[in-house]
Amino acid sequence: MPAVQETVERVKRIDVDQYRYGFETLIDSEKAPKGLSEDIVKFISGKKNEPAWMLQWRLEAYRRWLTMTEPTWARVEYPKIDFQDIYYYAAPKPKKTVSSLDEIDPEILKTYEKLGIPLREVAMLEGVEPKPGEEDPARRKIAVDAVFDSVSVATTFKAELKKAGVIFMPISEAIREHPELVQKYLGSVVPTSDNFYATLNSAVFSDGSFVYVPPGVRCPMELSTYFRINERNTGQFERTLIIADKGSYVSYLEGCTAPQRDENQLHAAVVELVALDDAEIKYSTVQNWYPGNSEGKGGIYNFVTKRGDCRGNHSKISWTQVETGSAITWKYPSCILRGDNSSGEFYSIAISNGFQQVDSGTKMIHLGKNTSSRIISKGIAAGKSQNTYRGLVTAHRKATGARNFTACDSLLIGDKCGAHTVPYIEAKNSSATFEHEATTSKISEDVLFYCVQRGLSQEEAVGLVVNGFVKDVLQQLPMEFAVEAQKLISISLEGSVG
Amino acid sequence: MNVALAKTGTGRAVSDLFTSAEGRLPGSPAVIAVRRQAFETYERLGLPHRRLEEWKYTDLRALVGEVLPLAATPDAAALSRAAEAVKAHGFAGARKLVLVDGMFAADLSDVKALASEVSVKTLRETLEKESGDLLATASTDAMISLNAAMATDGVVVSIADGAQLSAPIQIIHIATAASASAFTRSQLRIGNGVRATIIESFVAAGAAAYQVNDAVLVTIGDNADVAHIRLMDDAPDAVNITSEIITVGANTKLNFFNMTTGGAVSRLQGFITLAGEGSELAVNGVNLLKKTEHGDSTLVVDHAVPHCTSREIFRAVIDDRAHSVFQGRIIVRPDAQKTDGKMMTRALLLSDEAEADNKPELEIFADDVSCGHGATAGALDDSLLFYLRARGLPEKDAQALLIQAFVGEAIEQIADDDLREHVIGIAERWLERRS
Repeated sequence: MPAVQETVERVKRIDVDQYRYGFETLIDSEKAPKGLSEDIVKFISGKKNEPAWMLQWRLEAYRRWLTMTEPTWARVEYPKIDFQDIYYYAAPKPKKTVSSLDEIDPEILKTYEKLGIPLREVAMLEGVEPKPGEEDPARRKIAVDAVFDSVSVATTFKAELKKAGVIFMPISEAIREHPELVQKYLGSVVPTSDNFYATLNSAVFSDGSFVYVPPGVRCPMELSTYFRINERNTGQFERTLIIADKGSYVSYLEGCTAPQRDENQLHAAVVELVALDDAEIKYSTVQNWYPGNSEGKGGIYNFVTKRGDCRGNHSKISWTQVETGSAITWKYPSCILRGDNSSGEFYSIAISNGFQQVDSGTKMIHLGKNTSSRIISKGIAAGKSQNTYRGLVTAHRKATGARNFTACDSLLIGDKCGAHTVPYIEAKNSSATFEHEATTSKISEDVLFYCVQRGLSQEEAVGLVVNGFVKDVLQQLPMEFAVEAQKLISISLEGSVG
Repeated sequence: MNVALAKTGTGRAVSDLFTSAEGRLPGSPAVIAVRRQAFETYERLGLPHRRLEEWKYTDLRALVGEVLPLAATPDAAALSRAAEAVKAHGFAGARKLVLVDGMFAADLSDVKALASEVSVKTLRETLEKESGDLLATASTDAMISLNAAMATDGVVVSIADGAQLSAPIQIIHIATAASASAFTRSQLRIGNGVRATIIESFVAAGAAAYQVNDAVLVTIGDNADVAHIRLMDDAPDAVNITSEIITVGANTKLNFFNMTTGGAVSRLQGFITLAGEGSELAVNGVNLLKKTEHGDSTLVVDHAVPHCTSREIFRAVIDDRAHSVFQGRIIVRPDAQKTDGKMMTRALLLSDEAEADNKPELEIFADDVSCGHGATAGALDDSLLFYLRARGLPEKDAQALLIQAFVGEAIEQIADDDLREHVIGIAERWLERRS
């Protein structure tokens, strides 16, 4: 199988010791004292000038967290985390109040430059906009919210987005400026009591992105957040909240990197998506946290809760993730298909190398009528890594006509790694139609028959059906992200098909 | 652990179960000590519940609540009822070993006919005359520990190397006592080059609301060819938890089949280890469930060595408010290269309130393997139903035909024609009861 051979070669080239983003930026930063207590929660809230209700919300979460224990069901192993040995707040020390990009610490801007993140509005601000007709199609406009350690340092294209009515700002600002929206939706998808790490996040989250797309608006550009952990011994706890109001559309991207360090750092984010009637949210992730060195030392613990709520009828949420980093990944971007005729999608490419451990997958919870979901997961394990797909598909009693298709394929490279598949398929409704396969030769026989009848070989037909869909989504990533994703993976999806 | 765990659902102290039965349990004081230890393990764990990954979908605390006290030793009336059941459920031509309410019934068994080909002992005499080794397993499962503590009897069958059995062996478990538990533990030692068919049947003879906890330890040598068929056809309100721990040698063929057609709560947990290279394993199963029945098939296939093949085909037909669970796991150990493992599970939901939970797992630590699984859940295909109805079949008949075809894929894997017909007969009776 030459395609597989090609994949093998490419993965070998992604050596864990060649982490390109492992540099550290030396800037002054302001940190809260180490450890976690009510005082720290109050400190973070105070730093953000938060209203009283927000502090109350955090404190409730913190008190709840004290009663919880860490989950142990995932197939990941790591020494116990000392939650008192972490800095819960680190911010680049402000020189003065920042009102434009020019005033941001140049070191930070350099960092993002090195990372290749286009905070290019700098150029725009200076009036060097490309002349009409000269616009490079590869340089499409992307609004970026850059989060450095715990704090959002810059958000670009704010004015242009404002014209369209789209709110895109750090969540800390949204709490102050749009409290009614935040209060209505924050915690409505991932409640503060959801799980150990989500609860911890609720108590101590320091920043993140907030997006609100008003009814009927198609967001004029891709929105993007770039997360960077820089400080030593810090945990990063960001919170993202995206609301797509009736009939709106938004595409959102996130990317992550961190310096190379010997200690493990904790990243416990929460992402909440709300799609109302006829709205669509596309959420894409290129996750490239530092994975640790070739001996398995260091790296990020990526314990993330991501959940989308298709609250309205005919709404749609699509998760795309390219996971190559982190020492340990523990995340299950999920869709709650509450609205009738709503649909959820999950496309994932998870690559593990070295001593990385990945336990990732999705949950598709069918509650509304005629809801559909699709899961395409490709796991590639190399080195001494463990790569687990863990997914849940469930249709409740009232979810008549629920439909799911799941295909998860794993590729093992080397004999020291492991690839595991743990699907939970729960049908509580006779009109639910669930198909799950871990091989590629078992797509709907009808579709295959149709293709084969028209002259395609079995393999071509399978490739057409499965990859046609994945490619479709990958192609919708903005060019910068697609290029980065491709560099990171350098794996053709066809490699694991056929 | 809180103190409440030591009590059952009805408030009875769990430890009473063991202390009240202790006097009737066979074995020397040393064996009783082993039992007590096993019971302590059970007491510590309690009935399995949904927070345990392996029992996620079969929460015995909610479904069963408590383990019933040991059944009394069957009297003459019970044995005559059992004799009728043997006639009704015996497979023609098979040599029978009968266990009534957890006690071996020599008079109902074909001990003499078997003696020419195999060695048969009872668990009771083995525990009393030999050792308590049969009570020890590597398992940490609460129900297997409980079985070790409470097993009253069972059969210990040894088939010598090279034996070609002229007739199948059928082990029939018959329940005659209502509202009581039967604990049995058996061992099958199958030598090299053996050709044998083993059937295990679970039936009721007038009993209701009984509980069965059975454990079977099977070792199969090299170059053997074994068919192992299990038929769980319990009373509608019975509870049956069975554990099969099977080790397969090299170049051996094992065809394992289980069909569940009764029981309020039933679970077969099979742990099959392929310990010799070049073996071929087929694990097939059918759950036919209705009313509020709960049927669980949990099958772990462990590829410990290279060059083995495993195939699993599982079908569930679920009517009314029944609940079918399939948990299949294929483990491929680090050195088990060239493993070929496939698993296919399909659930057919006949009612809006039926529930099917599938968990087909792959746990793979070797790279040169070909493993896969598939799972589907859905209703009968409307277009197929329409086709049959358009040709004049009443709806129920059309459904029955499609259901038969659906489960047929699993049943067809039984090689022996007569045995396959026998199994189809049981499935057909289930379908008739349905309509």
